Amino acid sequence: MSENEVKNLEDIFEARIARDEKIEPKDWMPEKYRKTHIRQISQHAHSEIVGMLPEGNWITRAPSLRRKAALLAKVQDEAGHGLYLYSACETLGISREELYDQLHTGKAKYSSIFNYPTLTWADMGAIGWLVDGAAIINQVPLCNTSYGPYARAMVRVCKEESFHQRQGFESLLKLCKGTPAQKEMAQDALNRWWWPSLMMFGPTDDESTHTEQSMKWKLKRKTNDELRQQFVDQTVPQAEILGINIPDPDLKWNAERKHYDFGEINWDEFWQVVKGHGPCNKKRIKDRVGAWERGAWVRDAALAYSDKKELGEQTESKIAS
Amino acid sequence: MDNLYNYILTIADNCLILGQRLGELCGHGPSLETDIAVTNISLDLIGQTRSYYQYAAEIEGKGRTEDDIAFLRLEKEYKNCLLVEQPNEHFGYVIGRQYLWDTYHYLFLSELQGSADEILAAIAKKAIKEVSYHKRFSGDWVKRLGDGTNESRGKMQEAICDLWPYVDELFDMTGVGTDLIENRVAVDLSALKEAYYEQVFELLSEATLDVPERKYFIYGGKKGVHSEHLGYLLTDLQYMQRAYPNMEW
Repeated sequence: MSENEVKNLEDIFEARIARDEKIEPKDWMPEKYRKTHIRQISQHAHSEIVGMLPEGNWITRAPSLRRKAALLAKVQDEAGHGLYLYSACETLGISREELYDQLHTGKAKYSSIFNYPTLTWADMGAIGWLVDGAAIINQVPLCNTSYGPYARAMVRVCKEESFHQRQGFESLLKLCKGTPAQKEMAQDALNRWWWPSLMMFGPTDDESTHTEQSMKWKLKRKTNDELRQQFVDQTVPQAEILGINIPDPDLKWNAERKHYDFGEINWDEFWQVVKGHGPCNKKRIKDRVGAWERGAWVRDAALAYSDKKELGEQTESKIAS
Repeated sequence: MDNLYNYILTIADNCLILGQRLGELCGHGPSLETDIAVTNISLDLIGQTRSYYQYAAEIEGKGRTEDDIAFLRLEKEYKNCLLVEQPNEHFGYVIGRQYLWDTYHYLFLSELQGSADEILAAIAKKAIKEVSYHKRFSGDWVKRLGDGTNESRGKMQEAICDLWPYVDELFDMTGVGTDLIENRVAVDLSALKEAYYEQVFELLSEATLDVPERKYFIYGGKKGVHSEHLGYLLTDLQYMQRAYPNMEW
């Protein structure tokens, strides 16, 4: 294809996106669009799968049967999100094995928040309330993103995430209305999860490398800083209902801006965790790689068995004919 | 009423302990699909546990809750059979334990649906729909692993052989008062035995696996005499309720 022809295709492609048309797997797309989407969708899928680990950590210790069932259901939802996000990603011409390999070798990233440990039961509530809350703010705009399979997956993901967020808040509310020990547990969880939750929106706008192109492709509708502000504004009144304190002495309402001002994020910590040196980075990957390696004989068996069955059916149909 | 209360525990404790065991695996399965399925089975079993314990708490009439029954007993007061508390050594054990349990569970619930106790019958009717799926899942995997590769056949056979001594306890009538049998409230477990072994033998043979030596069985769970594994499982299960007593969650 000549350079002119490619340019022409690109113009048609960009015009379709500008008209809010969905791009489907068999449509022509620029290589950069395909690669960017593989990166973002797989990163999202990996986050769901790695995110199962810190929450799975409390399934066996959940304090009541009702909470145990709810946590099991939640982690199962996350596995389901992983499954359809991987499927969406596979439509871009990459296999699940390649995607896992990128996760296991550290080539692909996942949400850094899951590199923090879950130390108490209250962390389950805090993850639902803050982490899923932040995820929803990041993800709702993606329901209208330009790549069809991703947009459709996100509609379902967002519905379930919003249920998880309410469930997390309700679980913390129970602690906050409970004994002093329970309330202290909730406060401690907020202290540990608040700043990492703010970091979920990524670097500040002047440091963010992907924003402009992503905006054009509707992978992003608002900047990192705008989304972070939206999260703070939404969450502060919820903390007031809970009656626990956000660990930021600089947090205050700015009547002029009609937004909350908040303190400086510790960007050294942010980059340390992103670069693989957070409290649980090594453990999370070790757990994923371990599960994958321990499961190799199981996957081999399933494949061998289905080959045998297929061969059997072919032989039967030959005999019949 | 004591007899009925105890009888419900002999059913429900199996669901609780197996649900708890499967919950350990969440996020660590051999594939995303099996991870989802195993978590789903765990969730079903915990749901069934809740229905049984809520009923047990009600007939006990001492104002206790499902959680008091689930979390605040001593090890010897749990009446589950030894099979369900066996550890997740590898995926072959998970599947073997599940299949050996599901086959029994399905036969048991088929009978419990006809119990003269309407609530137990209703719980069984709901649960059997879930269990028919569990049984299909675990049975299919026994076949895949048994008739898959040499390695998987070895591992599946190892698991079946190691779990086999616990199978006959499923039919032990400890904890089932004779009055409950006479009043057609409880299931006569001995009547399930023949169908159970017939189904299991057939599937094992289809999976190209050997049926283990049948002579030596181990019993005890239903009397509260457990394996060394249960204490650790309960330590996790009870941690929050023991560390923060008398609180609501």
